[in-house]
Amino acid sequence: MLRWILGGREAQGSVEKNPVLFIGEEQPKNWFTELQVLKGHFDIVRFLVQIDDFRFASAGDDGLVLVWNVETGERLLELRGHSQQITAMTAYTHTSGENTHTSLITASSDRTLSLWDPETGNRVQTVSDLQSSVKCLLVLERLCVWVSGGNELCVWNRDFQLQCQSQHHDDTGISATVELPKNCIAAAMDKDIVIFRLTMSTGSRLSVAEVRRLSDHQDSIHALININDGLFASGSHVGELILWDAVDWTIMAYEHILWEESQTDTQAEIRLAAPKPSEMSIQQLTSDGELMVAAVGSGLYVYSVITKSVVAYRKTAHDSNVLHTMLLPDGGLMSCSEDGSVRIWEMQDLLLPAEPASAGFFGMWTFGRSNKQAGPPVKKVLELPSLRTLELTGDLIGHSGAVQMFVSFGEKGLVTCSTDHLLIAWKNRERESHLRSLALFRKLEENGGL
Amino acid sequence: MIGAPDVVAFTKEEAFGEVGYPNPWVVPEEFSVPLFPSNNNANPWAKTSYAKFTKDFILISEFSEQVGPQPLLTIPDDPKVFGTFDLNYFSLRIMSVDYQASFVGHPTGSGYPRLSFVEDSRVVLGDSKEGAFAYVHHLTLYDLEARGFVRPFCMAYVSADERKIMLQFQELSLLFSRASECLKTGNRRAFARELQRKLRDLEYTRSVLQKEEGLQREAGPQGCYSACAVDKANELAAMEKSIYEHRDLLRQITSYPLRPRRDPHAAHCHHCVTESQRHRDAPPGPDRDTGEEAGQRRQSYTPQLIKGKSAKCFAKRLKNLTELCEERFYEATVELLNHTERCFRGDLCYLYTRRLDRALRRKQNITNFLFEEELGEEEEEVAVLGRIFCSLKHTVGTDSHIHTPSIVLCPEPPESVEVNPPCPDNSAQQSVALTGEERLESSLSDLTMETQDQESSEENKDSFSSDRSGGEEEEGREGGDQTPVFLLEAEEGGEGETHRVCEREGEAEGVLNREREGEAEGVFNGEREGEAGVLGREEGGAETEEGGAETEEGEAETEEGEGQRAPDPELLVQMDTACCMSQEGFLYNSSPPDTLPASGLQPGSLPLPLVVNQEPQALLPVQGDYGLGSPHCQSPGAGLDLPVSSSGDTTSRGSDQDGWDCTMSASTGSERAGSPLGYGGLVTLRQKKRAGQGALRFVRQYPFALHALWSLLSGRTLVVLGSEEGRVRRLVSALALYVPGPGRCGERVQPWLSCPFSLTDLQRWKLIGLQRMASPVGTSMLCSLSRYSRYISVLDADRKTLRCPGYRGTLLANVADHRTRLRRGSTYFLHLQNVLSRLASRAFLLSFTHHLHLPISHLEQRQEVEERTRGFLRDQLRLGEDDCSILMYLSQLITQHYLDSTSVGAVTTQPHLEKDNTPGTNQQHLDILLPMNVLTLGGGGPGP
Repeated sequence: MLRWILGGREAQGSVEKNPVLFIGEEQPKNWFTELQVLKGHFDIVRFLVQIDDFRFASAGDDGLVLVWNVETGERLLELRGHSQQITAMTAYTHTSGENTHTSLITASSDRTLSLWDPETGNRVQTVSDLQSSVKCLLVLERLCVWVSGGNELCVWNRDFQLQCQSQHHDDTGISATVELPKNCIAAAMDKDIVIFRLTMSTGSRLSVAEVRRLSDHQDSIHALININDGLFASGSHVGELILWDAVDWTIMAYEHILWEESQTDTQAEIRLAAPKPSEMSIQQLTSDGELMVAAVGSGLYVYSVITKSVVAYRKTAHDSNVLHTMLLPDGGLMSCSEDGSVRIWEMQDLLLPAEPASAGFFGMWTFGRSNKQAGPPVKKVLELPSLRTLELTGDLIGHSGAVQMFVSFGEKGLVTCSTDHLLIAWKNRERESHLRSLALFRKLEENGGL
Repeated sequence: MIGAPDVVAFTKEEAFGEVGYPNPWVVPEEFSVPLFPSNNNANPWAKTSYAKFTKDFILISEFSEQVGPQPLLTIPDDPKVFGTFDLNYFSLRIMSVDYQASFVGHPTGSGYPRLSFVEDSRVVLGDSKEGAFAYVHHLTLYDLEARGFVRPFCMAYVSADERKIMLQFQELSLLFSRASECLKTGNRRAFARELQRKLRDLEYTRSVLQKEEGLQREAGPQGCYSACAVDKANELAAMEKSIYEHRDLLRQITSYPLRPRRDPHAAHCHHCVTESQRHRDAPPGPDRDTGEEAGQRRQSYTPQLIKGKSAKCFAKRLKNLTELCEERFYEATVELLNHTERCFRGDLCYLYTRRLDRALRRKQNITNFLFEEELGEEEEEVAVLGRIFCSLKHTVGTDSHIHTPSIVLCPEPPESVEVNPPCPDNSAQQSVALTGEERLESSLSDLTMETQDQESSEENKDSFSSDRSGGEEEEGREGGDQTPVFLLEAEEGGEGETHRVCEREGEAEGVLNREREGEAEGVFNGEREGEAGVLGREEGGAETEEGGAETEEGEAETEEGEGQRAPDPELLVQMDTACCMSQEGFLYNSSPPDTLPASGLQPGSLPLPLVVNQEPQALLPVQGDYGLGSPHCQSPGAGLDLPVSSSGDTTSRGSDQDGWDCTMSASTGSERAGSPLGYGGLVTLRQKKRAGQGALRFVRQYPFALHALWSLLSGRTLVVLGSEEGRVRRLVSALALYVPGPGRCGERVQPWLSCPFSLTDLQRWKLIGLQRMASPVGTSMLCSLSRYSRYISVLDADRKTLRCPGYRGTLLANVADHRTRLRRGSTYFLHLQNVLSRLASRAFLLSFTHHLHLPISHLEQRQEVEERTRGFLRDQLRLGEDDCSILMYLSQLITQHYLDSTSVGAVTTQPHLEKDNTPGTNQQHLDILLPMNVLTLGGGGPGP
């Protein structure tokens, strides 16, 4: 048996000349079996925003905002107006009575903000001549206002009227904002997290004031997310992951992802030269309230908020930086990267050594390709019985440039956007073919037979 | 009538039935094919092998009043076609059947000459001595200078196969009627114009005479008429009469199109009819003498003084056919005849099969797009049977036609254009004037018209009956014009036939093979000299030494021609432009015809160039041959495919050892010609059949062909990677046969790509020829290859490897058997078509079976329906998983095609394209690294 294992390893090792994870075509758990290329952009597509259960908007460096139907792949609208690249986009849903109407707010480098109606394609509102270009947008539905973050924090009402703004900050500006309880907003500014509080003064005038500055990160903060009502998290360029209490803004947990094993590396690793800081940079965080996924360099890091411990990780999940991640409802995980691929992962429990060796276990050895990864997990297995592995169950290959982002429409599919100016809608072939057959018979009936 | 001893009447039912030809029209069932009479166990192909011409042709002859019957034109206009066949003699034969006494002259009660509006007649003639049979279509054209104003002509479809003519009689008759109508229309226009000029001449002459007479009268003493003056007066009277006569003729000819037609085939273009009607119905306008315009008009033609003696002048040179008919009508006629000739190319069996095939395909128009070529043009061909057709495309020049009258039509003679460019109004005026004139004599003319109509309708009753029931020769002749059918049967016919066959049998086999191949590869076009033997050599195997040697020689020639033609810069330029057509031409210019292996073909020691490789049709129409030998040259891409086989053949011939490779180095010039696809032209059936050869070769040479084919059929893009363009292109054109739904112009196939491809390319193209390059571009190309490796299969043409999922099904086993016993591309193509259309019909079943896609009960989920579909494929169709994927893909294409084609007006910005991603299926990558299976073709024949 051992020989079989070793043989298997060798065979696979020889196939894989590079650390690229190779899964092959056999991906029974990957149900994205059909793809549809959506063309329309002329430059990098960076943002995808879901409008409702079948529409979404895409925007990017060409300043275009396109509205698509995910079911048909049809381009519904083309929203033109921005002269420069789009820097942020968000959906703005406001409910009046029973009707909910979703609009799109876009921010561009041309220092304008626009509100679009995705039904008609009209540019409903627009604000130009901002002092700085807006890098992030946040809608506070409770207060019926929205916040734009550039060099200063501006609060706007529904009619695009500036309610108030914070004083000018340094040039780094606000890179991310999250909403906190008690009308607070956390904004990431370089190495600091600044807490703002919105107060409703007399005459229902809003004012914003900085109430706290958290300077615990050593390097600039790339990611800032809400986890649940009581927690938010931030991640920095050097791999610091801090869990904050949302109410009193204290540190609940601190994790420094160093990929520390790299120091004990074998020759192979040394050859690769010293790890660049970007290898530890936390580009993106995502959470479902219990688990948090950090895109760390080209690796993935799954952290349990409840146990405040690492659940699973993989240092080289992609060939290049991971740009976006998503937790799947079935306990899986999806990530996209600059290497142009989207990968689907499954968290599998490590089996007890007594049990027959699973492909997963050896898969990890093999895929990791060197001892550097195999070592520590084993060590951690002893310490942390809950540590699980991230098993690659499928990958979506289609883009020829970095996959910037994706948005999921459940069983209708997944849309990815990329540097190669394309969007791809990934779908379930069987489902689509079924739908097409239904359409066929409908048409047949309309035509009254062949 | 010129004596024609072995012209005997063909009495239809009895005689014909006795000979043993079943009438396929007795059971007018769509799919019936008449069986060959098997009573005497004769070789069906040997029947008319002694014909002196090599293939069917159309002959136009005239019974000239000066020199008697003479051939005027053959279609195709190529002396090779009729060989040593004596056209003069045959013209005499066919024109000697004086089908109708064209009566001219002064009918009783009328002082004016009458034009006889003669209906065409259709006759079948045979000359067993010559081995020639003909459908003969007699017609008369009008000529002012001819006796009785008529010139008898005939158009004959000459074939060596009597049965063919008999059984295709209806169709022939229809097509020839169209041509005839066209020609006659043009002739009437020309005739009318001639009459008008003549009238003007006459009037001018009259006015001159009047002046002279007036002068004489003044000069002479009152009441005293000199003999001279009397002469003048007589002359003037004659002139007056002549003018009346001509006016009457003009009226007759202009009224022609309005006559009720009794000829069932002589259908008129609606446009033409209304056009002439309009001018007829136009109110009488100002007389031509009034108005300035009329004056201008008259300037357009300078009247000449004529001697008003007689309109009939025998000493004159008679007009030829082109002069008798307006140019564009003449051209249209010739085009129609060319079309006719193409339509009837090939053996009867082929014609029937093709018709059957078309009928079947029309039934399956939903799945046709998958593997069949477009019906398009052929459809029209068939539709013609019931359609009124105007040979002049009226839609094209509608405007100009609308304003111009039916009679006075452009093109005006050039000199008139110079003087005064005729504008439509002018000519309209003119015609109006004519009608006005007509009105004056309307009472008389109406009467005559009527009587004449009666006469001819009576005639036609007879002719109708003769068409069906047949009759005596005399009856046919006197009774009508329609279809007296004659059969010439010489006594010694049978003997001669067998004799010749015997003569041939010994020597012919190898030659036959070769010839057949030659023909199969489109020799009919006559461009492919050197190639004819080549295929034969490879395929036929057993060849005569002589033939082989010649082939070698030819090959050397060709290679030399291709490789070392540097001295001629023009040729080189042509080669470089990669224009297949011209290249083709040059290729053959360079290989002289005397290297042809066909020298021993005709025992009659015919001069070589006449025989070339155009086998008499009747000699060897082994089934497949006509499939290939009956090209539809009309399609724009028709010429493109020729080089495929030419280069392919050069290859195969030159490289006995190494199939594909060898000659490529030598024939670099033809490399670009490697593929018929990607030139934007339609992919014709012919091209596909041509590709069959390549496909067969592919299948036989690569043991892993099966897997490649599966890739294509299950929708996985196949990339053919190679550094030599010619080889890649050829592989692609061969493999294109297997691409389902390749598109009208092969849009789903990219024969040669030299830049890295992207995902969208993979969606667009299902078969890609990719250039292997060493440059940085090459590496990025390899990147894209590996990146998309899951969507593609890679066939490396240089290393002879294939990387693709392995196929474990059964459906494709018999199209990709590399030990196949099929030797000929055309046969393989038909075999393949057979298999593919079976697949298509199954896919159709899969797509359109309700319960396989719709839930039976409301509770049913999609998964259950899918399960049922899988069960259907597995249990009912007994297909394995891999085979299922083929059907699923085809069904998917059908569904999509149906949805797309029927949704008119639905705006889809993005065509929804499928991608066979199928990770779900348990595919494993097979890295098939097999050495090329070398086909040994030397010596005793091809491999196993």
